[in-house]
Amino acid sequence: MAEESVGERNRSNAFVVSARKRALQKVAKKAGEGMLFSVAFFVAVIVLFIFYFVARDAIPFFQIRGFSEFFTSSNWYPADEPGEFGALAIIYGSLMVTLGSAMIAVPMGVAAAICLSDILPFSIRQYAKPVIEMLAAIPSVAFGFFALVVLAPLMQDHGGPMLMWGWWILVSPFLLLSVIVISDLLTANIKDEKRRQQRHWMLLIVLGLSSIFLLFKVGSVLNGIQILTGTNALNVSIILSFMALPTIVSVSEDALQAVGRDIREGSYALGATRAETIIKTILPAASSGILAAVILGIMRALGETMVVWMASGNSSHIPEPWFNYLEAIRTLTATIAGDMGEADQVTGSARFHVLFAMGLLLLIISFISNLVSERIVVRQRKILSGQ
Amino acid sequence: MIKKLLLLGFFFSCAVTGTANAEGKALVLDGSTTVGPVAKSFATYFTKKYGVRVMVSESGSGNGAKSLINGSCTIAAMSRAMKDAEIAAARKKGVNPVAHVVALDGLAMVVHPGNPVRSLSKAQISSIYRGAITNWKEVGGVNSRIVVIQRESNSGTQESFKELVIGKGVQMTGNAETQSSNGSVKSRVSTTLSAIGFLGLGFVDSSVRVIAVNGVLPSVKTVKDGTYPVSRPLYFYTNGQPAGAVKQFIDLSKTVEGKGMISELGFVNR
Repeated sequence: MAEESVGERNRSNAFVVSARKRALQKVAKKAGEGMLFSVAFFVAVIVLFIFYFVARDAIPFFQIRGFSEFFTSSNWYPADEPGEFGALAIIYGSLMVTLGSAMIAVPMGVAAAICLSDILPFSIRQYAKPVIEMLAAIPSVAFGFFALVVLAPLMQDHGGPMLMWGWWILVSPFLLLSVIVISDLLTANIKDEKRRQQRHWMLLIVLGLSSIFLLFKVGSVLNGIQILTGTNALNVSIILSFMALPTIVSVSEDALQAVGRDIREGSYALGATRAETIIKTILPAASSGILAAVILGIMRALGETMVVWMASGNSSHIPEPWFNYLEAIRTLTATIAGDMGEADQVTGSARFHVLFAMGLLLLIISFISNLVSERIVVRQRKILSGQ
Repeated sequence: MIKKLLLLGFFFSCAVTGTANAEGKALVLDGSTTVGPVAKSFATYFTKKYGVRVMVSESGSGNGAKSLINGSCTIAAMSRAMKDAEIAAARKKGVNPVAHVVALDGLAMVVHPGNPVRSLSKAQISSIYRGAITNWKEVGGVNSRIVVIQRESNSGTQESFKELVIGKGVQMTGNAETQSSNGSVKSRVSTTLSAIGFLGLGFVDSSVRVIAVNGVLPSVKTVKDGTYPVSRPLYFYTNGQPAGAVKQFIDLSKTVEGKGMISELGFVNR
């Protein structure tokens, strides 16, 4: 009470003391607002400018060469006379490594985020999260060097065993989990407790044996593969997934944390186990944030240049068969970086403008996926708040 | 506060004028990664002897030509001759490119040391790079697909290779992997059992195996007398006839010390 009245008096004092001071405050307020507005405006304008300048140099390419060659041919001979500018294989390569890295980084990243936010005790999380985020601080050229000098020769010399161990390590926990969950689900409806137990064990043994068979069968096939060139789509996908991991882990961990203690305790109070709480309550509640994290991570992989330039092999052809991750590929970003040196008005304009066409394509892809993620986040928020 | 700002401004202006002065005296070289080692050891020697700062960047022959045309370097190091289009562009900007041959270089075809192939004909190499031959057993090796390694499009080495081996206007295979420097080609070939690549003679060491072309192994002798079929001159390009420090620098290649450096780096004196 006393404090309130003191505050009241101070305020009224300020009110009375000087009209000049008040006017000054008003001016300062306007100036502050104006400054913040202009900064925000400036950022928005920069985005528009980037679009404008990239498009300005990209459009002449389509005027000179038309659309069909760029999107349907995979003959990339920009330096020849006359040049050919088919970018299909390059676009395909970009999508391939992006998809590959997402397939590695998304399950790992989301699993790590769940582990950090709901499973590890606070004392460990305190140290684990900064360590994961430190991955983001490693410069991409260091990743590229590692990919070229360490991972590529390793893949060539021990490719088969590496694939086999990777398969075992990545897939066996998932198979174990799914065997348990499936046998649980299939026997949940049986009323008689004794029969249910019997069925359960039977299913566990059958499914377990068949999944072990699958593990070893596929493992031995992978073991027999000889990787011809270590600078390939798989190498780049692995490295890019490491680079996308900190983004995915950190942002989705924040999303999981934002779900709040009350919802978790509500779920426990209704008798849910920890697994049920995580899968049925927390994950759906945090799904918009996790999706945003995934898209951010994928954008990181799509836009990365140095690693793909060093370690993808840069050969502009569509692998045979099309899903073969063990062949060298070429991406949009690496092509822009690699060909920019020679591509100048000096040596023919189509060659210069085609790189901007690629840049525009990248820009449009990232713009669209940002819009999509924005829409999903907004919709999810509406659903969650019950509107 | 104001004093500090003034002081800061003073330092900045000093720094700016300082670098401007140094720029005025320094030689700036840009261009080929192949000529790079020669340019660098010339630069070190030149700075020690004459006290003139020389800055060397290696960004590819194409970039070197571009820098010379834009006026951002005084000497362009190139591992190929300037193209007509580049000379035309230079003339348009009032730049008169003059070529000086520094040294000769053989393009060594290299494979992994474990590869049994010892010799290829020029036609075979051309077929490999055009994608007509894709397996080592077609040229007397083991049964394994050939990993073809080329350089990126702004490399002078790539241009010379194309011109000397494949011929103008013929397309190379899209399956070829692209590396951005002699060093990375070497490291890829030395670690990849079924790879083939090409290197400037100066970059060859025991980590890769040099194969004979048309039965001739590249060496100082065979490059100099022209029996090795894949050799080329290396150039310094200047704007107009060089004078002063620029002339001194280029003429290093004619001195005993310069020739020593060139042959020490594995290149061939003219």
